[in-house]
Amino acid sequence: MHVIKKMLNADVLCGADRLDTEVTSGFGCDLISDSLCFARPGCLLLTGLTNVQIIRLAEMVEARAIVFVRGKKPGEDVIKLAREKGLPLLATDLFLFESCGILYQAGLRSS
Amino acid sequence: MQLKFQVKGMDFSRAGQAATKIKKALQLAGMDPATIRKTIIIAYEAEMNIVIHAYHGTLTANITPHKVEIIAEDEGPGIPDIPLAMQEGYSTAPPHIREMGFGAGMGLPNIKKSADELDIQSEVNKGTKLWAAVFNN
Repeated sequence: MHVIKKMLNADVLCGADRLDTEVTSGFGCDLISDSLCFARPGCLLLTGLTNVQIIRLAEMVEARAIVFVRGKKPGEDVIKLAREKGLPLLATDLFLFESCGILYQAGLRSS
Repeated sequence: MQLKFQVKGMDFSRAGQAATKIKKALQLAGMDPATIRKTIIIAYEAEMNIVIHAYHGTLTANITPHKVEIIAEDEGPGIPDIPLAMQEGYSTAPPHIREMGFGAGMGLPNIKKSADELDIQSEVNKGTKLWAAVFNN
């Protein structure tokens, strides 16, 4: 996650102590239903959705961390829930397409 | 084992909690990961359907070593045309729901894909009962 943070020039919103975590795949999506069906355990979730449902979804699909794209930042309630769940949250100004492209080029794949 | 949860319409702050608890119970019961995956897709989508479309309802999971049943019962507007609602991309969700990442018209199709057996009964202006089963291999 340290490498991903650097590559996406991302801010850490919570879970700075958990950035040693490794992600095994990536999934970029702005639809909850699709993420539920296609994201795999251990993945990094990249999304523009900032409501509390994205944290519940990440828990359900066992995502290891979330990167919010397009400069979006979730509210305090969302960050608080992620903190409780031990889920690192990052935020980048890059678009979803660019963020996924950079990580794909660096070797991260869909599962 | 039976788990039963009350689900309230439009309560997005708690939505998804029932499905999360069902998932934990399935993990504790040692169910096959594929069974868990299929079941949580059904449970979460069914729970969200109640939150988005109905006034209130219940989400029930009946868990045995060989099978998981998910039953979602609600009081709400009902589904006038079930075959139409089963089509991918068909949605009656309003724009503010779509902005939250829901309402892409994939809920029922995803449930259908994940369920080994499925039955949906609905009465307009009364409510909907969804019954789905996943066999544990």
